[in-house]
Amino acid sequence: MIEHNRRFAFVHHGILIVSIAIISFPIYVVIVASTLTLPDVLDAPMTLLPGRHFVANYITALTEGAILGGGGTPVWRLLLNSLIMAMGIAVGKIAISIISAYAIVFFRFPFRMFFFWLIFVTLMLPIEVRILPTFQIAATLGLLNSYTGLIVPVIASATATFFFRQFFLTIPNELVEAARVDGAGPIRFFVDIVLPLSKTNIAALFVILFIFGWNQFLWPLLITTDPDFDTIIIAINRMLRVVDDQVDWPVMMATTIMAMAVPAAVVVLMQRWFVRGLIEHEK
Amino acid sequence: MDERVYFKNKVLPYLLLAPQIAITLVFFVWPAAQALFQSTLIEDPFGLSREFVGLENFSDVLSDPRYAKSVVTTAIFSVSVAGLALTTALFLAAKADRVLSGRLIYRTLLMWPYAVAPAVAGVLFLFIFSPRVGVLSFALEAVGVDWNYVLNGRQAMMLVIGASAWKQISYNFLFFVAGMQAMPRSLIEAAAIDGAGPTRRFWTIIFPLLTPVTFFLLVINVIFAFFETFGVIEAITQGGPAGATNILVYKVFSDGFVGLDLGGSAAQSVILMAIVITLTVLQFRYVEKKVSY
Amino acid sequence: MHIRKTMLAGAAVLTLMGGQAIAQERITLNWWHAMGGANGERVNQIAAAFNDTQDKYEVVALNRGSYAETMNAAIAAFRAGEPPHIVQVFEVGTRTMMSAGGAIKPVFELMEEAGRAFDPKDFLPAVTGYYTNDEGKMLSFPFNSSTPVLYYNKDIFRAAGLDPDSPPKTWTQVGEMMTKVVSSGAAGCGFTTAWPSWVQLENFSARHDQPFATMANGFGGLGTELSFNGVAQVRHLKQLAEWQTSGVFKYGGRRNVSAPLFTGGECAMFTESSAGLSGIRANAQFDFGVAQLPYWEDTISEPKNTIIGGASLWVLSGHEKEEYAGIAEFFDFMSSSGLQAAWHQASGYLPITPAAFTVSKISGYYKRNPGADVSILQMSAGEPTGNSKGLRLGSFVQIRDVIEEEMEAVLAGNKTAQAGLDQAVKRGNVLLRKFERANK
Repeated sequence: MIEHNRRFAFVHHGILIVSIAIISFPIYVVIVASTLTLPDVLDAPMTLLPGRHFVANYITALTEGAILGGGGTPVWRLLLNSLIMAMGIAVGKIAISIISAYAIVFFRFPFRMFFFWLIFVTLMLPIEVRILPTFQIAATLGLLNSYTGLIVPVIASATATFFFRQFFLTIPNELVEAARVDGAGPIRFFVDIVLPLSKTNIAALFVILFIFGWNQFLWPLLITTDPDFDTIIIAINRMLRVVDDQVDWPVMMATTIMAMAVPAAVVVLMQRWFVRGLIEHEK
Repeated sequence: MDERVYFKNKVLPYLLLAPQIAITLVFFVWPAAQALFQSTLIEDPFGLSREFVGLENFSDVLSDPRYAKSVVTTAIFSVSVAGLALTTALFLAAKADRVLSGRLIYRTLLMWPYAVAPAVAGVLFLFIFSPRVGVLSFALEAVGVDWNYVLNGRQAMMLVIGASAWKQISYNFLFFVAGMQAMPRSLIEAAAIDGAGPTRRFWTIIFPLLTPVTFFLLVINVIFAFFETFGVIEAITQGGPAGATNILVYKVFSDGFVGLDLGGSAAQSVILMAIVITLTVLQFRYVEKKVSY
Repeated sequence: MHIRKTMLAGAAVLTLMGGQAIAQERITLNWWHAMGGANGERVNQIAAAFNDTQDKYEVVALNRGSYAETMNAAIAAFRAGEPPHIVQVFEVGTRTMMSAGGAIKPVFELMEEAGRAFDPKDFLPAVTGYYTNDEGKMLSFPFNSSTPVLYYNKDIFRAAGLDPDSPPKTWTQVGEMMTKVVSSGAAGCGFTTAWPSWVQLENFSARHDQPFATMANGFGGLGTELSFNGVAQVRHLKQLAEWQTSGVFKYGGRRNVSAPLFTGGECAMFTESSAGLSGIRANAQFDFGVAQLPYWEDTISEPKNTIIGGASLWVLSGHEKEEYAGIAEFFDFMSSSGLQAAWHQASGYLPITPAAFTVSKISGYYKRNPGADVSILQMSAGEPTGNSKGLRLGSFVQIRDVIEEEMEAVLAGNKTAQAGLDQAVKRGNVLLRKFERANK
C-alpha cells in the first residue's frame, strides 16, 4: 500500500492551499476593488479589506456602466448579448459538427476525405490572421450589427467535428446493422440512436464551446458598430481606453467580476461534463 | 475500424456536410485567399488605389530586423508560457494526486481561471501590477524592486507571461490529474512495496507515463500562447515597451489595424498561416498515432 | 394584479413602438466617435440637443473605442460599403484622411452645397491651419482640440519648500525643482509625462521652433522626411534619460496611463493634455496648478506656440444628398458659440472659436477655474511658424509608435538619445515612403 503519512498529507494540503490562494489572489484584489471608491483605489497601497461601496458600484455598473465605455448600453444588455452569442456559438457549432461527423463516419461517398480536410483547414486559420477580409465578407452579406454576424462566421469547428467523429467510431457496427435490418434509414438511426447516445458528449462539448463563445474578443470588436450588440468583454476593453479621462477602476472591476461570473459558474456547476468534455474533446 | 457498416445514400451525406462546408468556404477559405492576394499589393487604407508588387511585402517583412525580433520574442514568450503553465500544473496535480481527501474541492478551486477570457485576465494583471495603482507593484517596490513594466521590457515580458500562464494552469492541471488517475495503481503500489519513495516513484513511473499527455499539452499551450494571448497583450502592454512584447499575432494586428499597412500585415498573416499549418500537421500526426493504438 | 401587469407591459410596448415610429421617419446620421467617460456622455448630450431641435434628422452618436479603433472601424466600414456619416479622427490621422480623396466629403464643399455659411476665420488660426487644404479650405470640422500643459502638485511644492504659485517656466527650473522635491522627501518622483511623443517631441519641436519634418512638417506634400533628430531634440531626450536614471523623472507609459502617478501624489509635476484637466480635477486629492509647457531658455528665448492634438470630424463619401444637407445642418448647430463654450468648459478641450473663448471669459469661467485658460494663452503665443503650425504626416499612427518605441529604448538606457532618434527618423522615413507610394 502506498504510504499516506498524516504529516506528509498535511504538507501537501498546505502546499495546495497556498498555491490556490496565490492563483486566486488577482480575483480577490479585483473583488475588493469593486467595493471601494476610486480615491480609495488610487490611494496606494490599496487596502486589501473590502469597502462599503459594493452595492453602489454594482448598481452603477449595471445601470450606467456602459456609459463609461461611451456606448450607453446598460450592463444587463451586454450580459444578454454575451449570453445570446455564447449560446448561439455553442449550439451552432454542435449542430453543424454533429451532422458533418455523422456524414463522414456513417457514409462512404466521393470526396469524403477532401471534405474532411476542408473542415480541418479551419484549425489552421485563426480569426486573427484573416480578420480584415472576413469582416469585408460579413459586411457584404449584410451581417454587421446582428446576432447572425456575431455567431455564424465562427461556428465552423474542426475540433468539435473530430470529437463527434471519435465518438461515432465507438458505436458498434451491430447497432447500425440492427437498424438497417429494422428498415430504419440514416435519419431515423441518427434521431433514435445516435442523438440519445451522444447526450453526455453534447453536454460536455457545450460547456467548452459556451466558454469559447463568451470569451470572443476580436471578432465582436469589429462586427458590432451598434452598441446595442456590444458584448461584455468588448465593453470592458472600451472602459480601459477612455480618451482624455481616467479609468473608473471600481466600476470597471465590478463589470469585470460580472463578466467572469457567468462562464466561471458554468464551468464550476457543470464541472462533471466540463472535465470530461475537455479531456475527450482535445484528445 | 475499416469494417464499419455504412448507409447508402447519394445525396444525404452532402446535405449533412453542407452547412459546415459552406461556412468554411465563405468565412475561412475565401478570406484566406483574400489575405494571400492582399499580401502582393501596396494599397491605401481606403482601397482607392493599389499597386501589384509581387513578393515585395514578403521581402520587406523578412528583411526587417524587427520582424526577426518579433519571432524571437514570440519564441521566448511561447516557451515560457508553456513551461510555466505546465510545470505549475504538473506540480499541483502531483500534490493533488497525493492527498486522499478534498481532491474535488481543490479541482473546483483550480478550475475557474479556465473560464476567464484572455482579455479579462489581462485586465486583472494590469490592475494589480500597474505602476501606481497596483497592489503588487507596491509590494515589489517595497522590497526594493524597481518595478516599471511600461519602461522595462523584461518586466513587461514577465508580466504578460504570468498573465497568460495563469489562465492556462487550470487546463493543464485537469489533464494531468486525469492522466494520473488513469494510471495503473498496481504498478505504483508495486514500486512502493519495492521501497521507492514518492519522489522517486514520480520520476521513474508517473512522469514517464505522462509523457504523451505532456507532449500533447505542450503543443496546445504553444498554440494558445501563439494566438489566444492576443487579448492579454492588448490589455497590458500593446506590444511595448520598445516592442519587447510584440509577438507575431499582435504585430499582424497592430501593423494592419492600427498602422493601416495592409500589404505588410497580410504578408505576415500568410507567414503565420504557414507556421500554423506546420504546427497543426505535427499535432495531427500525433493525434492520429494516438487514436490508432 | 395580473391584468395590471399585462397592461403595463402593453403600454411599454406601445411607447417603444411609438418611439421607433418617430425614429424611422427621421433620417439617421451616424456619428462615430472615440469619446469615453464623461466626455462620451457630453457627446450624447450634444446629439440629443440637436435632435430636439428638429424632426427631420436624427444624429446617432456611437462610441467605437479608442481613436485608432474608431478610425479603423470607419475605414473598414467604408471598404465594406457601409460608411458612417461622420467620424471623429485624431490629429495624427489627418494626412491619411486628406489623402483619401474619394473617400471623404470635404466639409467646405458640404457646407457650400447646403448653402450654409462656414468661414474658417471663425476658428482659432492654430486650429484652422491644421485642417485646411492648400487653398485654405476646411476639409474637416474641428471638434475637440487640446494642447499639452504642465500640471503641478502645490501641496508637494509647499512640502519641498517651493513657492506653490511660481511653477517652473523652463526645463532648467524643472530640473532644479525636481531635485528639491525628491531630496527633501516631499515626493518620490519629480515629474512624469503623458503622451511621450506628442508632448516631449512633437510639441517640444514646435515650441522650440525646430523642424519635426521637412517641407514645413509635411504641409508641403507627401515627399516630406522626418528631421526630429536635431541637436535640440537629442539634448532634451538625453536629459530625460539622465533624469530617469537619477530617479527624479519617472516614465509612466504611453497615452495617459501615467496619470495616476500624478493624481496619486507620487510625482510632483506632470505634462499632459489640457483636456486631462477634468480628470485630474476629479481624482486629485490635493491642490494643483496649471502652467505652460516648459522650454529650454538657451535654445529659444521666446517660445513658440504649441500645436494641437485631439480630433476633428470627417464626413465620408457615399451618402445621399439629403443626408449631407442634414450633416451641414448639424455642423451649423455645433458652430454656435454657446454650444462651443459649453463643450469647452465641460470637457476641458480648447475653445476652438474665438467667440467661444469670449463667451467663456465674459461669463467669468476662467476666474472661477484658474488654469483653464493657460492652454489658450500658450496656443496663441506669437505667430505660428512653419515649425509650429502643426504636423501633417502619412502613417503617423505608426510613426508615433516607432518614436515611442525608440524613446522607451533610450529612457531604459539601452541606446543613446542620438542613436534612438536617428533610428526613429530612419524607420519613420521608410513608413513615409511607403505611404507616399500607396497614395499616388
